[in-house]
Amino acid sequence: MAVREVAALDVGVDTSAVTPVRRQRRLGGLFVASVIWIALVGLGAIFAGLLPIPSPTEMDMLGKRALPSAEHWLGNDVLGRDVFSRLIYGGRISLTVGLLAPVIGVTVGGALGMLAGYFRGRFETIVTGGVDVLLAFPPLVFALAVTAYLGQSILNITLVIGILGIPAFTRVARAVTLSLSEREFVTAARALGATHSRILLRELLPNVALPLVAFFLLGVAVTIVVEGALSFLGLGVPPPAPSWGSMIGEGRESLDIAPWLAFLPAIFMFLTVLAFNVIGDTLRALTDPRPGAL
Amino acid sequence: MTQPLLSVRNLSTRFRTDRGLVRAVDDVSFDVAPGETLAIVGESGSGKSVTALSILRLIPDPPGKIESGEILFEGKDLLKLDDAGIRAIRGDRIAMIFQEPMSSLNPALTVGLQVGEPINLHRKTVWSKALDKAAELLGKVRIPDGKSRLNSYPHQYSGGMRQRVMIAMALACQPKLIIADEPTTALDVTVQAQILALLKELTREANSAMILITHDLGVVARYADRVAVMYGGRIVETAPARPLYKSPRHPYTRGLMASVPRLDGDTGRPLVPIEGQPPDLASLPAGCAFALRCKDATERCHRERPPLVESARHHFSACWYHERLAA
Ligand SMILES: Nc1ncnc2c1ncn2[C@@H]1O[C@H](COP(=O)(O)OP(=O)(O)O)[C@@H](O)[C@H]1O
Ligand code: SF4
Ligand SMILES: [Mg+2]
Repeated sequence: MAVREVAALDVGVDTSAVTPVRRQRRLGGLFVASVIWIALVGLGAIFAGLLPIPSPTEMDMLGKRALPSAEHWLGNDVLGRDVFSRLIYGGRISLTVGLLAPVIGVTVGGALGMLAGYFRGRFETIVTGGVDVLLAFPPLVFALAVTAYLGQSILNITLVIGILGIPAFTRVARAVTLSLSEREFVTAARALGATHSRILLRELLPNVALPLVAFFLLGVAVTIVVEGALSFLGLGVPPPAPSWGSMIGEGRESLDIAPWLAFLPAIFMFLTVLAFNVIGDTLRALTDPRPGAL
Repeated sequence: MTQPLLSVRNLSTRFRTDRGLVRAVDDVSFDVAPGETLAIVGESGSGKSVTALSILRLIPDPPGKIESGEILFEGKDLLKLDDAGIRAIRGDRIAMIFQEPMSSLNPALTVGLQVGEPINLHRKTVWSKALDKAAELLGKVRIPDGKSRLNSYPHQYSGGMRQRVMIAMALACQPKLIIADEPTTALDVTVQAQILALLKELTREANSAMILITHDLGVVARYADRVAVMYGGRIVETAPARPLYKSPRHPYTRGLMASVPRLDGDTGRPLVPIEGQPPDLASLPAGCAFALRCKDATERCHRERPPLVESARHHFSACWYHERLAA
């Protein structure tokens, strides 16, 4: 990329003036592998219904804990349900909750954080206070209370995890906005006659977006773990719908005779979380504010 | 004299800080005539930037506040306008160029979007037209191949090129007044002259007035019609550029001149920096702010503050002994 930039700019006359600041960064094999893994799990989740795999909920009473075969690639679980199919459909739930919950965090938290960091003053005090209150709230109690009153459903799980994620996003957005607001380009935009909303949306948002996206990906990883933990505890998506967390929970009962029933979903979850972390970290490193460039 | 374009009357701007009340600008008055270039000179921390930001009401509040004064622009007091009123002036009638070209452009937006911004904002021009105009403006500030440059990002530009972009943005709406706050301080010496010459040429062409802020008296001699010297948040001397150079009537101005190489020959003269530190604006002395560094200071200087008085025609000085200096 850097080479092309130089070539493109070389045509200009004022060559002394052209110094590409951006350094090339190697993305690395781990990053590529992570993207491929997420793509596979994602495609599986989206097209699960079209794949030539058995139903994830159909029980084969004669094939309980069956070993892998041509028909059941990864064997059957305790109730005779196809493990591979359940892993694919479980990915659907992990990804749905994992992606939607941080969307709540990134929109609500991002907006609150940006407004607080830009306007400061009393609004900032209220927002940071609210964030501290939300952080002080025991998350498991909150999850229990919501699912007890509103019932266990994907929507409620997503809402609970999403709301719990708001403080983290608020903090990131506020910190980034605070440091950006001190840069001269914000004063320059005001000196051009821009309104507050124009400055927030046009000047600040494009700069806050990248760090927020990087943080969003880390949020996805955390959410998948939390959803897994809730499902493992029986607070997640109600059975018989497959979820990696509940599969680990069910597999626990036969750890001694069929340990793979717990380990396979655990490995899927581990790899997916790792992949999101790797991608998020790579993006964060790329968007680390450096002097002169972003 | 013709009606001034800008008339700053008794401007005082303060900051509330941990160290106490900072009188960054204290009772400052000056005029700028249409098409005129006024230089504001002074050491760092003398209140030049705060003066400039006050004119467009860009002082961060808190901690800052314009305590009192009037800023009459084309007869209207900018301090009395509502928010929409002052926004309509900013970038359209009065434009500003900042010191740090590295941070005064948005790193995440293309150059085209930034140069087109004031046109889109004030002329309500659709973006496609605003971008055409932006390409034209880039040509004006001698950035070749403007059209294809519209899609580049600031990080691909050097400081000098970015400052050209800032000038293009400032000129976009043909403002009556351009405030340039140390536009070349952050640049290489060789680029500085180019940028200043360009700025001067384009403002003259557009018949805009300019307030050129600098701490470099050499710059002033070449580009300014009139000069105001600031010290400790006040104007201590103001005069047309030529008389100010020929016979400065304030010891501080003399000190400044002795500390920089002169453009008009006399290369053998040794450079003498002004000794001591600029005063702390949070606790200014009762008398003349320059007294602690002034070789001519007397007991009276420490006790009473000298007012800015007309020492010669159009030549004002805030020194008790301005007449003696003239001799
Ligand atoms: N945002 C601010 N907060 C507190 N004090 C400030 C702020 N901006 C300027 N000041 C004070 O105002 C004084 C004058 O600053 P400035 O106008 O920037 O000087 P200069 O002549 O170098 O441009 C400084 O001494 C500084 O302490
Ligand atoms: S008033 Fe006194 S201290 Fe101040 S500049 Fe004049 S001689 Fe120096
Ligand atoms: Mg300054």
